[in-house]
Amino acid sequence: MQGTGKNKSISDMKAIEIVKLARHTKRPTTLDYINNMVEDFLELHGDRRFADDPAIVGGIGFFNNIPITIIGHQKGRNVKENVRRNFGMSNPEGYRKALRLMEEAERFGRPIFNLIDTPGAYPGIGAEERGQAEAIAYNLYKMSALEVPIISVITGEGGSGGALALGVADRVYMLSNAIYSVISPEGCASILWRDASKSAEAAEALKLTSRDLLHFGIIDGIIDEPGNGAHEDKETMSKNLKEALKNSLAELLELSIPVLLKQRYEKYRKMGIYSES
Amino acid sequence: MSQLFPKCSRCQTTHFIAFLKHANYVCSKCGFHLRLDAPTRIKMICDKKTFSQFDTHMKSIDPLDFPKYKQKNLESVEKTNQAEAILTGLCKIKGFSTTFGVMDPRFMMASMGSVVGEKITRMLEYSCNHDLPAIIIVSSGGARMQEGIFSLMQMAKTSAAIKRLNHKQLPLFTVLADPTTGGVTASFAMLGNVILAENDALIGFAGPRVIEQTIGQSLPQGFQKSEFLEEHGMLDMLVERKQLRNTLGTLLKLHSKRAYPRNFSQKGEDG
Repeated sequence: MQGTGKNKSISDMKAIEIVKLARHTKRPTTLDYINNMVEDFLELHGDRRFADDPAIVGGIGFFNNIPITIIGHQKGRNVKENVRRNFGMSNPEGYRKALRLMEEAERFGRPIFNLIDTPGAYPGIGAEERGQAEAIAYNLYKMSALEVPIISVITGEGGSGGALALGVADRVYMLSNAIYSVISPEGCASILWRDASKSAEAAEALKLTSRDLLHFGIIDGIIDEPGNGAHEDKETMSKNLKEALKNSLAELLELSIPVLLKQRYEKYRKMGIYSES
Repeated sequence: MSQLFPKCSRCQTTHFIAFLKHANYVCSKCGFHLRLDAPTRIKMICDKKTFSQFDTHMKSIDPLDFPKYKQKNLESVEKTNQAEAILTGLCKIKGFSTTFGVMDPRFMMASMGSVVGEKITRMLEYSCNHDLPAIIIVSSGGARMQEGIFSLMQMAKTSAAIKRLNHKQLPLFTVLADPTTGGVTASFAMLGNVILAENDALIGFAGPRVIEQTIGQSLPQGFQKSEFLEEHGMLDMLVERKQLRNTLGTLLKLHSKRAYPRNFSQKGEDG
């Protein structure tokens, strides 16, 4: 799954160039991947509490003849759709829909795939009124112990808590030009230097590329992108993603549920670097 | 509070420290609950001399080699005489034993990096292993940007530890004080089995300025204040600071007895 070195290696690129690729408007979206990887897909809607959030899509289908639940942030493929999808920035009902679908997956023994591509959770008045923080927190809480395998892949932007709300998993992968960060480079630059235009420096400082995160042990692998990026060839990208998911799922299906849950807890338990001397 | 004449951070009224202390650091002019450091909180809430600290020497290192982080952290250590932004330990409140964590906003606005996440997780695991409830006084700006992805992962780590605590049918009580925002709200703060809040505290996910910039209009009066959250069903109750110790004591007492023994059902979890 590791970079083959055929393309411009991400090690030669500046972080901000990778940020641009991760945000490329022609990048394949969750629904593109679903179309290319999943059979008999049925999209399911709504959180049963308030609304259906178009910024997150999800449903059930067959992946290699195995019934699965697949969920992901959905950016628009044109301006009009992007407005409707809120650029992949979910409101609380999006995270609650995702959790509802994941709990259904648990009930019926379906493994879960989560595809992450969001600038972050939506910062709006309604989002706060309806408990954006609670929705994210509750997903982290429940996902830590869901009794089916969960595989999350950051396919584009892994924007902070809004990404993590779909990111607590047994295996986490990133596409080679994806990013995953606690804050956007622009947000970081405006706090650190009071100047959002210094986002290139901030992107570098945040260490948000797939290579950085693999090095830190935060992710389990990098999935190769074709050519100069996933936007150049959606089919090959989908094939690479499907292959990675297939191998990863086969590995996880070997584990008993108690072992799976123990390993999931341990995975996050050991994240963090500190000194005790 | 080290100054002799501190100012209310909301209405700017100057107070004499002795009077302010007597008023539990609540502004007599506007009622604002001033931010408190961790040692003051411990004195106000825990039974006398019962707090014993865990992980006293756990310190942050600088995993990303982030600009100015080492220096900022060191300044906070010197200012607070504490190793990090949270104190955790074991204490009694009104005679009931509990683990107790209290964040200190003087220390880099008590943002959560690896140390804060690890100390909270260890405290929750201690509760799990010793059949104790847990209490966290929250006051934090959110995840600590300077530790990048490691900070984000503390949200998952602490939330998973709360799941385990609840699975053992043990409670977490959180008290949200000014400010409670970002990745801290979106993890352990909102996962209390009972969530209390101090009056007029800023509580939310996104910062008010970020929201204003995003939606391009100014925010309604009282938006993201504790009263607003209570009205929207996001927390259990507002507690005046002078009542906090009593309320926590009552909560511990109410959770110290059960009509049924723990794990009486196979399901034995939160649903």
